[in-house]
Amino acid sequence: MITLIKFGTLVDPVIGLVEKGDLIIEDEKITGIFPSGAFKEKIPQINIIDAANMLIIPGLIDMHVHLREPGYEYKETVASGSKAAVAGGFTALACMPNTLPPNDCKSVTEFIIDQGKKAGLAGIYPIAAITKGQKGEVLTEFGDIRDAGAVAVSDDGLPVKNSELMRRALEYANFHGLKVISHCEDMSLSSGGVMHEGVISTRIGLPGIPSACEEIMVYREIALAKLTGCPVHIAHVSTEESVDLVRRAKEAGIKVTAETAPHYFSLDHSAVLEYDTNARVNPPLRTPRDVEAIRKGLAEGVIDVIATDHAPHNALEKEVEFDQAASGMIGLETALPLTLELVREGVLGLPEAIAKLSWNPGLILGTGGGGLNKGDYADLAIVDPQHEYVLRKEDIVSKSSNTPFIGKTLKGRNKMTMVKGKIVFPFS
Amino acid sequence: MRKFDHKDLLGIEQLSVEDISLILDTAESLKEISTRDIKKVPTLRGKSVVNFFYEPSTRTRISFEMAAKRLSADTVSISASGSSIVKGETLKDTARNLQAMNPDIIVLRHSSSGAPHLLSKEVSGGVINAGDGINEHPTQALLDLYTIREKKGKIQGLDVAIIGDISHSRVARSNILALKKMGAEVTVSGPPTMIPVEIEDFGVRVVYDPLEAVKDKDVIMMLRIQLERQSKMLFPTLREYSSFFGLNMKLVREAREDAIIMHPGPLNRGVEITSEVADSPCSVILDQVANGVAVRMAILYLLIGGSKGDNID
Repeated sequence: MITLIKFGTLVDPVIGLVEKGDLIIEDEKITGIFPSGAFKEKIPQINIIDAANMLIIPGLIDMHVHLREPGYEYKETVASGSKAAVAGGFTALACMPNTLPPNDCKSVTEFIIDQGKKAGLAGIYPIAAITKGQKGEVLTEFGDIRDAGAVAVSDDGLPVKNSELMRRALEYANFHGLKVISHCEDMSLSSGGVMHEGVISTRIGLPGIPSACEEIMVYREIALAKLTGCPVHIAHVSTEESVDLVRRAKEAGIKVTAETAPHYFSLDHSAVLEYDTNARVNPPLRTPRDVEAIRKGLAEGVIDVIATDHAPHNALEKEVEFDQAASGMIGLETALPLTLELVREGVLGLPEAIAKLSWNPGLILGTGGGGLNKGDYADLAIVDPQHEYVLRKEDIVSKSSNTPFIGKTLKGRNKMTMVKGKIVFPFS
Repeated sequence: MRKFDHKDLLGIEQLSVEDISLILDTAESLKEISTRDIKKVPTLRGKSVVNFFYEPSTRTRISFEMAAKRLSADTVSISASGSSIVKGETLKDTARNLQAMNPDIIVLRHSSSGAPHLLSKEVSGGVINAGDGINEHPTQALLDLYTIREKKGKIQGLDVAIIGDISHSRVARSNILALKKMGAEVTVSGPPTMIPVEIEDFGVRVVYDPLEAVKDKDVIMMLRIQLERQSKMLFPTLREYSSFFGLNMKLVREAREDAIIMHPGPLNRGVEITSEVADSPCSVILDQVANGVAVRMAILYLLIGGSKGDNID
């Protein structure tokens, strides 16, 4: 099977190129790249896709999602999350271990990978727990879970409190070629808080989460990375000071990488004003000043990755009192338009923006992908950057619809997604 | 004609200066009913008021109940322990079930900030916030304003000190908003562990030293210290708290000679206020309670009182 995608604009994040060109795809791989309209060979039974006025980008890689399976299938499954992913232009997902039971062993890792294969849409890369049961006491069997297919370890929302244990995790994970991802939160300082501690929490009477509870932990991880010489990846950076800490660590040559989520550069804590539980996330939405710092951190390359922290929750957990609501919002279907907004506002160039959503996370996780070169797997998305639409609840593909962007106008929409040469999200 | 154009009373935040004046004026005309032999007028006959208290409350619940009954409304009172809440029903489901019975007003006391806002979206009748988490307690602030206006003849230009756990006080939050709207100057005081971040944004002055905070004030409003806060590391012991921030006669003498002392109740005698102060002539604590009924009658009347602005007799 041969496919020709013609008249589109290719975005190559690896060499930072945006230019018109045609792609030839044979079976699973990209086998040819030609100047626009130059491919003239007559091939019978060729499948031609007209991508005029469209961007052709590498399939996006989301290194921070919650697929909720096993255990919370009423929120999302590997299959439903994969479907939402390909609708949003993602072709690979790394999923966090806070399932029920948590992914802290080979059998759960294998189960998740199997479910991903059965779904047959996006590539599914499990992130296993650092400690058994995410309890912060005993390391999981890193070698075993790596062999089973896990690409990283993280205790995510239940971060490792014990600093010695974290040190050993960095050393041991590095030996097995696993990245350690840290959700930075000093939980003794954030305890009871439900939103950013600042002028809005004071105004509407909600217990606050101070920025310092993130920064203390970011600094600890950097110090441990320096001590051990092992890499660490900081999840969902949300504060100005965290960005500065990562910047200085990078300048000092410490092996630290960082991600943020689209909501941290698109929304600030005023989104909570009407007690909108869909705006309750952890870390919380911060101040406009933090939002500015995150954007600057992205522009300067301090923040390497945009990851969604896609966190599906059922209405049962969101249509309740604010302080009783679950934290998190879905993000797979809104990440691309929100990131393209940064491009339109001149914060990021188009290839840099796409790199943070594809090439960079692929590099950090060691999964590869995120390129558009001859010989690469044909994992790609065709995007209409001009398509403007209002996000409607009924159009959301994910099993859950907890996002404060419902009713908002978004610009830039994925039109087609291909994984290994197979169209998994048809032209729409 | 002055109109009160609201479905609910969720907080002081949503009220204009005109709304607040209208409530106070209406309360003034209704206060006399409570002094009659027959303390009842037919104004709200046929209307139903549900008092829905997720948190324990004596004063506020009885005050609302009396207010509704003196206006001839039918009242039902539910508390969390005696309702389906203990059976795990969500607030939203409870709201839908109440809605099916079509009450005119639901008075809600709840431990979560924003709960009345959630309820309001589910019911067509009015919702009155009788205290939500650490957010607001608007009827308390309105009865406090009423009491201040009654005693001082005005609110504009007065100097008011609010002392105690500002962070966790819905009474403080509503009073700060209400007093600032009505043109008073507000100083807050308490240990730094109990002053919320960026409170200055409300236009208040923060003075940690209580002696300086009460100096030349027209009104001193003490807040109830919640004993469980001790475990939250906000203060070491009650003894130490009361020795620094408890209101005693020595502090009262720093205020203006005609200053009034207020407290939303219930009192922790000997903790945030000494008995000597609480029972002194400058204390208006019981006037606050009495005025609470009149103010709540006014709010009920303005929200559901048929042809608004009618004479009441």
